[in-house]
Amino acid sequence: MTFDYAPAPESTAVVDIAPSYGLFIGGDFVESLDGSVFDTVNPATEEVLSKVTQAGTADVDRAVRAARAAYEGVWSHLPGRERGKYLFRIARILQERAREFAVLESIDNGKPIKESRDVDIPLAAAHFFYHAGWADKLSYAGHGPAPKPLGVVGQVIPWNFPLLMLAWKIAPALACGNTVVLKPAETTPLTALLFADVCRQADLPAGVVNIITGDGDTGRALVEHPGIDKVAFTGSTEVGKAIARAVAGTPKRVTLELGGKAANIVFDDAPIDQAVEGIVNGIFFNQGHVCCAGSRLLVQESVAEEVLVALRRRLLTLRVGDPLDKNTDVGAINSAAQLSRICEISDSGDAEGAVRWSPPFSQPDKGFWFPPTVFTEVAPAHRIAREEVFGPVLAVLTFRTPDEAIEKANNTPYGLSAGVWTEKGSRILWAADRLRAGVVWANTFNRFDPTSPFGGFKESGWGREGGRHGLEGYLR
Amino acid sequence: MPLLPDADALDAATGSASGLRRFLLGLPGVDQVGAEARASALAARSVKADAKRQALDLAVSCIDLTTLEGADSPGKVRSLCAKARVPDASDPTCPRPAAVCIYGDLVPVAVEALKGTGIAVAAVATAFPSGRASLEVKLADVRDAVAAGADEIDMVIDRGAFLAGQYAQVLDEVRAVKEACGRAHLKVILETGELATLDNVRRASWLAMMGGADFIKTSTGKISPAATLPVALVMLEAVRDWYAATGHRIGFKPAGGIRTSKDAIKHLVLVHETVGDDWLDPSLYRIGASTLLNDILLQRQKMASGRYAGRDYVTGA
Repeated sequence: MTFDYAPAPESTAVVDIAPSYGLFIGGDFVESLDGSVFDTVNPATEEVLSKVTQAGTADVDRAVRAARAAYEGVWSHLPGRERGKYLFRIARILQERAREFAVLESIDNGKPIKESRDVDIPLAAAHFFYHAGWADKLSYAGHGPAPKPLGVVGQVIPWNFPLLMLAWKIAPALACGNTVVLKPAETTPLTALLFADVCRQADLPAGVVNIITGDGDTGRALVEHPGIDKVAFTGSTEVGKAIARAVAGTPKRVTLELGGKAANIVFDDAPIDQAVEGIVNGIFFNQGHVCCAGSRLLVQESVAEEVLVALRRRLLTLRVGDPLDKNTDVGAINSAAQLSRICEISDSGDAEGAVRWSPPFSQPDKGFWFPPTVFTEVAPAHRIAREEVFGPVLAVLTFRTPDEAIEKANNTPYGLSAGVWTEKGSRILWAADRLRAGVVWANTFNRFDPTSPFGGFKESGWGREGGRHGLEGYLR
Repeated sequence: MPLLPDADALDAATGSASGLRRFLLGLPGVDQVGAEARASALAARSVKADAKRQALDLAVSCIDLTTLEGADSPGKVRSLCAKARVPDASDPTCPRPAAVCIYGDLVPVAVEALKGTGIAVAAVATAFPSGRASLEVKLADVRDAVAAGADEIDMVIDRGAFLAGQYAQVLDEVRAVKEACGRAHLKVILETGELATLDNVRRASWLAMMGGADFIKTSTGKISPAATLPVALVMLEAVRDWYAATGHRIGFKPAGGIRTSKDAIKHLVLVHETVGDDWLDPSLYRIGASTLLNDILLQRQKMASGRYAGRDYVTGA
């Protein structure tokens, strides 16, 4: 028999999207002073979901002032255990409203419901729980006996994990005693705006968290605002460099989580079936919209053909389609702009002589879609081997010796993550020691945990997020 | 050596005990954490509506309806066979299970009771469930059951010999039993609960297939854990790789611990996404179970009527 799964769509009844949203400043949703509005769309259907505000410089100023007032007036005076209470409360509310957040995230972002439901939202809650625990123990975090908050933090986050990146930013900032102004990405503002509701539900003092929406101009205004003490940014290396230039010469602190072009190294003694899963998870998780995605597969020449046969066979069962279907493995590309970037760089792969392969894929009529794609015969000089695609595109290279694997893996301006697949424990340690990357996964990929510091080498960023190390960026 | 063997490598491996050992130890490893993660990801597939209806019917038609108790009597076996003939008296569209699986001495009873139904008679043999007897005794056990009319023989491997690394002995035994089976199909039970590691499960799967198994089967049902999803995944991968190496399709039978419709559907999803739909057929896939059928019948009734009936609306075996 043929076993086709009937559609299993998650219900959207739990989500209530307003026709338009203002800015969350000082504990209330307010109209913009000088901004305009723009649409946020469902990338799987191109349906307009809501109108959100493009915050102007006056709005940014107002938000920073609200954060400053909350910092001076309330938050910096609260003992750690009191801040911890709020964070615990937020974490529990996120859990209680997990389904609502998961469905909204999938609608706004295009990611499969199983990932928003099983990865994004649980991890976001875990980050608040984890940092709630630190709030009254900062003296024991190894950053001095009496560390102090920085003040007002301006935070700009990307569209690939909207709520999770919000949690990565807001949870440690609040735990350490800072107040924040956060700008979500312009294509995925809805869960951040719903989070504003959580802040109110948790009775968080007004102004401790402010959320302003807008595009790069809003982000720039926030970064350049003289009233903030620190900038925390996750996004592209290009924007990261601009931020570094903008804050140079000011007293502002900066942490940056930027791009990556991670090597996923498969040695000839790897557990092959699990390695194939790891390759799939490394590059096709979240449509490849992952800064630490394993976008370069380095496979030992002696087993390359077999690994590729197994990989192609596996990709035939990867289900691409409706993000709200519980059986979807790969959802929609987040925006038309991102889709055209993926197409452009993939075309360069064809032009430069790499060989493209995708499983059969029937494109839905509407929405932004790109099939899981594997490029073989890739040379290290090809653009698809060097540039971050930020999409479901894998570049496969081969190596003959372990030294060559390390050399090729490190031959990149980035250094965010890497993967090593081998049954030999000593080789894992040997490789991890030599790979210039912030995270090295062994026989797994794309695992995240609030207790584990995350961050990059070289053009992949400054500073760490998560764990004891991540607190450092919010303390002085 | 490449990661996975081809037909030549298989031939060469069976020439000597040390060659066989090198071959089995040279199979790619199984990362337990990864295998468990994959199995649980597949178990999370959401099978609804028509897909569920089809899956439930398929599951019924793949069941080896089983009773393997010391207290089994001819009456109990006749009763089980009657249940196999008419699983659900209230619904003539309900498919029949593939086989009835019993101890060897009861084969004549089952053969008589199932005459003309097309339902196969499967007998456990080779000193089931422990496998602790001399080869002569095991072979006599098999010949007895076949002579009495069994269509399928479920043998157990000698786990003691396997764990001691005496792979050649296990291989020889499987071959001897296969020969004794004659026209009967051979299912080789690995008893994975006693093999301890997934690496061993993979090696034992290859060993059984090299010995001539028509089916490889997880468990006797007497040892826990039995047919877990990670074990089923690894065995299906071995079946898949064997097909790639030799062009022969070997069947797979998870047995033990599959009690609910939900469990059965998880196993079907595993087959669908690991070896493909060719295996979704009683000729290549069986589920060894005793209580599963009634749960599926209740599910089928619920899908037809919209309401759950109680246990009193399906028959005991």
